[in-house]
Amino acid sequence: MAKVTIDGIEVEVPNGATVLQACEAAGKEIPRFCYHERLSVAGNCRMCLVEVEKAPKPVASCAYPVADGMKVFTDSALVRNARRNVMEFLLINHPLDCPICDQGGECDLQDQATAYGGQGGRYREQKRAVKDKYLGPLVKTIMTRCIQCTRCVRFATEVAGVPELGATGRGEDMQIGTYVEKALTTELSGNLIDICPVGALTSRPYAFVSRPWELRKTDSVDVLDAVGAAIRVDTRGPEVLRILPRINEEVNEEWMADRGRFSFDGLKRRRLDRPWIRVEGKLKPASWQEAFAVVAERLKGIPGQRLGAVAGDLVDAESAFALRELMVGLGSANLDCRQDGAAIDVSRRDHYLFNSGIAGIDEADALLLIGTNPRKEAPVLNARIRKRWSSGALKVASIGPAGLDLTYKAEHLGEGPDALATLRDGGHAFAEVLKGAKRPMIVLGRAAVARPDGAAILAAAWALAESVGALTPEWHGFNMLHLFGGQVGALDAGFVPGEGGLDLAGMLGGGVDALWLLGADGFEPGLIPPGTFVIYQGHHGDRAAARADVILPGAAYTEKDGTYVNTEGRVQRGRMALHPPGEAREDWRIIRAAGAALDVSLAFDTLDALRARMAAANPVFGMVDGRIAEGCHDTAGPRLAEGAAPEATSFTLPITDYWQADAISRASETMAECSRIYNDATPKLAAE
Amino acid sequence: MALSDKDRIFTNLYGLHPWNLKDAQRRGSWDGTAAIIAKGRDWIIEEMKQSGLRGRGGAGFPTGMKWSFMPKSNPDGRPSYLVVNGDESEPGTCKDRDIIRNDPHLLIEGCLYAGVAMGAHAGYIYVRGEYYNEIQVLQAAIDEAYEAGLLGPNAAGSGWDFDLYVHRGAGAYICGEETALIESLEGKKGMPRLKPPFPAAVGLYGCPTTVNNVETIAVVPAILKRGASWFSSFGRPKNVGTKIFCIQGHVNKPCNVEAEMSIPMRELIERYAGGVRGGWDNLLAVIPGGSSTPLLPKHICDDVLMDFDALREHKSGLGTAGVIVMDKSTDIIKAIARLAQFYKHESCGQCTPCREGMGWQKRLMDRMVEGRAEIAEIDVLESVTRQIEGHTICALADGGVWPVQGLIRHFRPLMEERIREYHAKKSGGAMPLAAE
Repeated sequence: MAKVTIDGIEVEVPNGATVLQACEAAGKEIPRFCYHERLSVAGNCRMCLVEVEKAPKPVASCAYPVADGMKVFTDSALVRNARRNVMEFLLINHPLDCPICDQGGECDLQDQATAYGGQGGRYREQKRAVKDKYLGPLVKTIMTRCIQCTRCVRFATEVAGVPELGATGRGEDMQIGTYVEKALTTELSGNLIDICPVGALTSRPYAFVSRPWELRKTDSVDVLDAVGAAIRVDTRGPEVLRILPRINEEVNEEWMADRGRFSFDGLKRRRLDRPWIRVEGKLKPASWQEAFAVVAERLKGIPGQRLGAVAGDLVDAESAFALRELMVGLGSANLDCRQDGAAIDVSRRDHYLFNSGIAGIDEADALLLIGTNPRKEAPVLNARIRKRWSSGALKVASIGPAGLDLTYKAEHLGEGPDALATLRDGGHAFAEVLKGAKRPMIVLGRAAVARPDGAAILAAAWALAESVGALTPEWHGFNMLHLFGGQVGALDAGFVPGEGGLDLAGMLGGGVDALWLLGADGFEPGLIPPGTFVIYQGHHGDRAAARADVILPGAAYTEKDGTYVNTEGRVQRGRMALHPPGEAREDWRIIRAAGAALDVSLAFDTLDALRARMAAANPVFGMVDGRIAEGCHDTAGPRLAEGAAPEATSFTLPITDYWQADAISRASETMAECSRIYNDATPKLAAE
Repeated sequence: MALSDKDRIFTNLYGLHPWNLKDAQRRGSWDGTAAIIAKGRDWIIEEMKQSGLRGRGGAGFPTGMKWSFMPKSNPDGRPSYLVVNGDESEPGTCKDRDIIRNDPHLLIEGCLYAGVAMGAHAGYIYVRGEYYNEIQVLQAAIDEAYEAGLLGPNAAGSGWDFDLYVHRGAGAYICGEETALIESLEGKKGMPRLKPPFPAAVGLYGCPTTVNNVETIAVVPAILKRGASWFSSFGRPKNVGTKIFCIQGHVNKPCNVEAEMSIPMRELIERYAGGVRGGWDNLLAVIPGGSSTPLLPKHICDDVLMDFDALREHKSGLGTAGVIVMDKSTDIIKAIARLAQFYKHESCGQCTPCREGMGWQKRLMDRMVEGRAEIAEIDVLESVTRQIEGHTICALADGGVWPVQGLIRHFRPLMEERIREYHAKKSGGAMPLAAE
């Protein structure tokens, strides 16, 4: 530890800390543009200059290491002058077009110019103008506003792992761009908008839409992938105008994936905003009473064991739990939330969680990916793996399709389950790496168990984890990577076949006469046998709604208070940012009302009562924002039927089109454009 | 007293003799190399410290001390590197060029000693790309040295393995800054690094590195062979040794010449360069040390000594000792404006003050040349240069504003006069238009 005096305040900071960190520890604000906690230090904006006793010149505090006994002044005349001067330089070539700039109101340059700048300008010459660059369908550029801080370059290179941005030219002709113009090939491009301290990189979909002070901000959680990133939903009136990440060090740090950020325009399109009933083969608009009447009438004659329910990938745990109560009340045990048919063993929670934790990646030293491409399935989590890998402490290998670009180096061990066996027998050098690792991680993609031999794969992966010593009381190295935000919550809510109940395959195989689909768009509706009475409850007129006999319009994740559990088992709450459109209602209320129509008494009238029941049924729901992080105390693996063994088929990846992987993003025009551009075999060269 | 021929280090500065190994050996190169190396690393560093040699690249940092910063052992297995800076791009400077093309073996032999002194088994000579023919010579000389066993394993029979590589620059002034040079050598864009850490701790490829100027390295063999006291017998205390001066501009015989340090400027110009065109009294000003040092008007030039400290007293510097002489026919404002343009063009664009300020300075200077400005804007110009100076990662910004500061310091009346003339022409000379 080093003792440093900042403006007379003595603080102790670790050796190797920077002067800027010491200043922050002393509660002093240091203006900065190029410095960012999660990026390498560039030290080029010169805004963070401070005075250090005995130093001949003001020093850039972001890059200057502290020394014991150092005396720093952050508010001396020298420092104030230096800041004013740097600000003057930054502004001479800045267009000062704040009134038409989307960054206006939340611009570092604007704020710091007010706080630290001088008054008026002395620059009488021509200002610089820079041609705008094309960075893809999500990031809009107005490069004249660029102050060359190079945060975007460092983000793309270091965090996103796509070294496609750079600076060309020298001196005042230095320009940020891709050189050969093309869309940035990253799923994290929206973060460029956040880290740009000025209005050079702004959101293309949000361009000229709103001012920050007009927005209502609601803290929530992203459900479009299973990471569960903390988000802020910005709304004005009845629309979501943008979604931004919040800081959650344990989960997403401060990053967010593009699908979660930009697909919100899908919340306005193809919405189910009123009940529909099928009359003579055609869907007709109806009132809630009429819809419930039809449901009650059709379900009346069907015995409980001929009823089934399937929950989708984006459902909140409340509605899954409520629907389960309803089905149990109707005498049905036919429940399934595994639309992909994943052979998940729910007998123990650690059989289906990302047990090491997302933050656990920061401690891992060996990682094996099985049948997963985290770059497409959980981009933020992938960035975390990359961060650890970049530090040099993590070795990665993968089993699955060859030629994946994960943004880090991963040794490819094979394409199918046989590689697992080889690894377990020590037939590959990576087995030694896993065995020698202190904190090895086995990451099993959800899709790897969503195949006929899924249970055997699950057991094999668990066995491998056990054999390399990944399952200890201190460290749980078995991890399942889920794909969507509602998947784990539904499992925790017990939305799986009860005693003697059918799973999805059983239900589709003619086991039921009526099927209640709760946002279940993840399987082919054509598989539902003709004649089955289908109730679709959900928010988007996606695949399944067209097959429905009754449509009950529900709420999307931004429109209800809901509990979601991320892939590591962290229980988080999303909050209602706006009301569901039209006649649509929060899903648990719909189920409660349906219960009344079906004469099933459900023991909850309020959300709080429902949540209390959930917590009673499964205590994890009482632990909001937390997660039980502990090692593995029982290495017994998942149940496996006698004689089941992995087949030789190669693993396939679940997400073929990152941009359109769920009902919301499939309805989004922005995502459709991304899909068009990024899936085009011939790369688009310029913004022609 | 002029430097006598026997005390010259660069005996083939003018290329009157062949550069090749045989002739270089005849001039004394590679003589007793193994014996000197046998005296050991510490002896070499101590001898360099005793000699008082200050770096010839411009900043004048004591060479022996710089070498002593290199780690004595490498427990983490990182090798040490020697990098020789031959990216000679300072306007008015052309000394390294003559060393490389006419006396390359002085440099190569110096590299070996330097390598031994800093524990480096590899050296890189970074030469500016425009020196195409010079690089051919240097590479041929290195090849010769390898063939003769003077480089490579057991170089010159000393028991020290030493490899030497030549790297061509791609035409950026900033790559003469040591950390930008290292970046460039690594294949990256030539942008100076933040210091600390200094190259001696984290340099080329993250390994301990020392960057020295070509001339600094080329005088090392002579110092080690003839003794530190011989070298320090020239010049004034703290400003010792011999130095190559590049004299150009309005002189009768522009030349490179090796002279002793602290020689009076007037003597230097008159003895070696045939005097100022039109006589000493026709002198307007001299830029004493390459384009980045502030100019000195004639009254200072009359008796100033050419060394680090004497020139610093007059708020200028010895720099690279590129002496640019300007007689009274010079439009001094225009001359300095051209330099401002140069530095604007060569700023790497990393730091805000330099990136934005150099363009501002250049545009203000352009108007000063015409006089199309207000007198108060001279103060704006001065304050812009002060805002740039000392606020950046590297010293390019400092060097880029010093010429303008020198101009304002010594020729402000001329600038004001120019502005007044311009305004007089604008208002006084205006004829009423016919329509009025």
